[in-house]
Amino acid sequence: MGTVLLILIPLVTGLAAFLIPGKAAKPWALVSSLVTLARVCLSISGSVHGASGADVSWIPQLGSRFTVGLDGMGLVLCLLNAVVFPVVFIANWKKDYERPSSFYGLMLLSQAGMMGVFTAMDALLFYAFWELALIPVYFLCSLWGGDRRIRVTFKFFVYTFLGSLLMLAGIIYLYFQTPGAHSFSYQAFVLAGRALPATVQGGLFWLFFIAFAVKMPVFPFHTWQPDTYEQSPTPVTIILSAVMVKMGVFGLIRWVLPVFPEGVAHWSNVAMILSVTGIIYASVLAIRQGDLKRMVAYSSIAHVGLMSAAIFSHNPIGLEGVIFQMFSHGITITGMWVVVGIFESKSHTRQIADLGGVARSAPGLAIAFMIICLGNIALPLTNGFVGEFLMFTGLYQFSPWAMVPAGLAVILVAVYILGMLQRVLFGKPGEHTQGMKDLGTGEYIALGILVVLIIGFGVFPQPLLDLAHGTTASLMAYF
Amino acid sequence: MVQYVWLVLLLPLLGFLVTGIWRNRLSKTAIAMTGCGTVLGSFLVSCVLFFQALAPGFRSTQVHLFNFISVGTLQIPFDFQVDQLTLVFLLIITGVGFLIHLYSASYMRTDAGYGRYFSYLNLFVFSMLLLVLGANYVILFIGWEGVGLCSYLLIGFWYDRNDFNQAAKKAFIMNRIGDLGFLIGLFLMISRFSSVSFGEVFAQASALGTHSGVLVAITLLLLVGAVGKSAQIPLYTWLPDAMAGPTPVSALIHAATMVTAGIYMIARSHVLYSLAPATLNVVALIGLATAILAASIALKQYDIKKVLAYSTVSQLGFMFLGLGVGAYGAAVFHVMTHAFFKALLFLGAGSVIHALGGEQDIRRMGGLRRKLPVTYWTFLVACLAISGIPPFSGFFSKDAILAAAYREQPLLYYVGLAGALMTAFYMFRLFFITFHGDFRGTEESARHLHESPPAMTIPLVLLALLSFLGGWVGIPSSLGGKDLLGNFLAPVFRGGPAIPMPVAGGNTDLVLMIVAAALSIAVVFWTRSLYRQYKAETTPGRGLVRWLEHKWYVDELYDFLFTRPLPRLSNWLERHVESPVIDGAVNGMGRMVQWGSRKIRLIQSGQVGLYIFGMVAGAIILFLIAFFLI
Repeated sequence: MGTVLLILIPLVTGLAAFLIPGKAAKPWALVSSLVTLARVCLSISGSVHGASGADVSWIPQLGSRFTVGLDGMGLVLCLLNAVVFPVVFIANWKKDYERPSSFYGLMLLSQAGMMGVFTAMDALLFYAFWELALIPVYFLCSLWGGDRRIRVTFKFFVYTFLGSLLMLAGIIYLYFQTPGAHSFSYQAFVLAGRALPATVQGGLFWLFFIAFAVKMPVFPFHTWQPDTYEQSPTPVTIILSAVMVKMGVFGLIRWVLPVFPEGVAHWSNVAMILSVTGIIYASVLAIRQGDLKRMVAYSSIAHVGLMSAAIFSHNPIGLEGVIFQMFSHGITITGMWVVVGIFESKSHTRQIADLGGVARSAPGLAIAFMIICLGNIALPLTNGFVGEFLMFTGLYQFSPWAMVPAGLAVILVAVYILGMLQRVLFGKPGEHTQGMKDLGTGEYIALGILVVLIIGFGVFPQPLLDLAHGTTASLMAYF
Repeated sequence: MVQYVWLVLLLPLLGFLVTGIWRNRLSKTAIAMTGCGTVLGSFLVSCVLFFQALAPGFRSTQVHLFNFISVGTLQIPFDFQVDQLTLVFLLIITGVGFLIHLYSASYMRTDAGYGRYFSYLNLFVFSMLLLVLGANYVILFIGWEGVGLCSYLLIGFWYDRNDFNQAAKKAFIMNRIGDLGFLIGLFLMISRFSSVSFGEVFAQASALGTHSGVLVAITLLLLVGAVGKSAQIPLYTWLPDAMAGPTPVSALIHAATMVTAGIYMIARSHVLYSLAPATLNVVALIGLATAILAASIALKQYDIKKVLAYSTVSQLGFMFLGLGVGAYGAAVFHVMTHAFFKALLFLGAGSVIHALGGEQDIRRMGGLRRKLPVTYWTFLVACLAISGIPPFSGFFSKDAILAAAYREQPLLYYVGLAGALMTAFYMFRLFFITFHGDFRGTEESARHLHESPPAMTIPLVLLALLSFLGGWVGIPSSLGGKDLLGNFLAPVFRGGPAIPMPVAGGNTDLVLMIVAAALSIAVVFWTRSLYRQYKAETTPGRGLVRWLEHKWYVDELYDFLFTRPLPRLSNWLERHVESPVIDGAVNGMGRMVQWGSRKIRLIQSGQVGLYIFGMVAGAIILFLIAFFLI
């Protein structure tokens, strides 16, 4: 039941948010997200005694059941999902959006959808949640976004939806391959998928891979992302990049690796080349981005490329690194966006060239930003290092020829992050940053939580790794 | 007591937090007390540990803190290892580090960022201590990156200045290039040995035997990291720029922390390196080439700190030479004496710069001997020490390296000796131009000339004593000494395979030493005659001098090869690949669908005849398919 609550709490409170008066929506959303967070923590402490899932009849005609369950990876991602939302609400406490009831309601609905994605153990249910998570974000972007929002959101929606449709086709095909009375259950899918001939597995691999690759995104399916991140309101950008991107990574690990092992084996070289190319390509592009949001977007593409490469390295150490990195990337990039949002509201610009001297005018903000950036660079004793180290270890064991080019990112990330820091934090304050106010209370709390998480899990990563271990161990049994 | 070794780390960490968090609340005195006190505390704990290690029966001890990363077969515990090598480094880092802290307390007194400065300084010491205490390569790497970060923060300490930030960024990125090599070495190590712990890796490596390709690869990759951190060819150009930070920071980077990390790492991995003689040859050659190249550049620099910076690069080259010929103990010995005299040189330079109100160009100095007597005399000691004049400390350590080089290959000795003579030349050129002759600065600055306060001169005097006496712990048997340091370190370096060394008679050693000392003294006197009455040159040099003044144009070369093309590549990708090709394909697909639908829409024209035609044609096609194909 506990697992169902993770979905129900944001779903019900999200729907209710549309009905309550605008003023109350913000606290309502915060309370809801905190309750969800508490529930996730309970699930994690309870997971020691075995996870509590649920399995109820849903669409019996199709053999689809409402089956949810949590394994280690699911817990890690639910925790991320549950941590990011309250942080987003707190960080943007001072900001008032038009039609707040709808805004916060849609946010919570999206959270519910993502919780469902991370817990669903039935393919049709997974697909339903996948879309449930996407649609609120579509409205959030197109109603509260920037000047070019309509065009950009349209592209984002069509692109991701096209991917989803391919996956749906794959799901339906696989459904008809399940033995006996057809079923959408995870176990049936694993059995049916593995029994297919290698060529069919290969085809199905692409149907699923493209859906997930668009979401993550993997090069060259990434061009919707910088535009969308740039045009979305900051809280939505955070949700997109911190949590929703992980749906793709998660999907690959849960629904592709064990289901189409031969398809994966056959195509992993191609996927690897795309991933590694993407790492270098996005890192190089990040160097010359003038808009902070676009720079962070390309940086994220590079980081996600490494996750995707590590997934296809067929290595338990690398996989565990991916699961850890999903969490830490989510935390770090939330921090990046929160800071970018603060720049936007306090200095009214996101252009790197217009900023400068922030360390002088707003030292608290500068320190937090510096630590977050160090997490992004993956300096040891930040959470970024643990994931990256393990992923590179796995990648190396797959092939040094994949690891070494991907490793260039280690240098390039320092080039673009430090180059950006130099122009944003250091130097003399310019007209935009002169007399810039330092952190407000909400921002202080939000960034404080993130900094504690970045350093805390950087020094003591083992609890998260232990959670991840359950998933990798059972996955490796499939190989 | 060894169990409490974490105290050595905890104190600077606390100092970092206290001075960092309350940097604006605490008084400057309280900040200085905290910053200096914590490092002094670490030094005292290190001393206690050191004296315990002197007792017979001391053995290398591991201290377990917690499990850092444990994933399947890969175990990375947060462990410390305390042995003789670690202890020597602990003493150098905390001892010299403390004197630099003490000096800074006065030097930085008027700076607004006092608290920030001390918190960075403490973090620097913490990172370096972590580096030498780690019992496996990952913990070492944490410290390794930590010192990289601290150097970045401290080089760019005055962050208003864009050129300083540039230097800080350069240092970090060049170190990162080395770090990538180091990391790849680690991954290779993990894939072969499933471990990163020193003991485990060394044991498995020894089983592989000499000349194994894997070990050559691992040691070469680790060497890339060491080359970055210890500023060797080709990754040395960040160190001379690193002088952008406050002068005591340069002392810390060049003497007690950071650049010695590469030497430490190779000495620590001596088991691996001794099993890979091919790599050792590379180490020796890189070291020798760097020693000569950097010394040649130092001959023609006019910035007091730049001369010292290139001298550090050159001295690190000597240490690499020592490592490369298997004389690990001699290299560590030189790390120690170098820490003494290089810290002294930088702090002395700081005293000079302080007295001249920020002037760093030696052409506008001169005749400071009378105004800054303490600085003058202590600086002289340091110059004598670094030039290898007996019985100052540098003589013994440099000679230990050169003697070992001679035993390996006499040519190494002769080239090394040339480097040592160049060292004597550029150091005394600097010395005479700065302190002798007439004052060449403005009258305004002449009036402000003053000796530094005791808080700054006391560290100078203490370091001068160490620079003078510090070499006596390593007097070789050929001079009737006991080589205390060598014997103390022997248990560490005995662990690996013995490198067969042609035994040179004590007489050869003695002759080499006398030749080196005599030549160095001659160079000092020659320099004196050249520069005692120095008049500032006005014309820029030509030919070779011009190349030396421009540091062989290496910075320009790197600019041309890497720094400028990278942003250009980024722009090019954005303009010619990202928007037209990749995004263009996506948008093109969208447009194609729209175009197609516009065309197909035309079919829906409302003419019933067309519809019927379509229907009949479709039915016929279906019929044909059914008839012939099924």
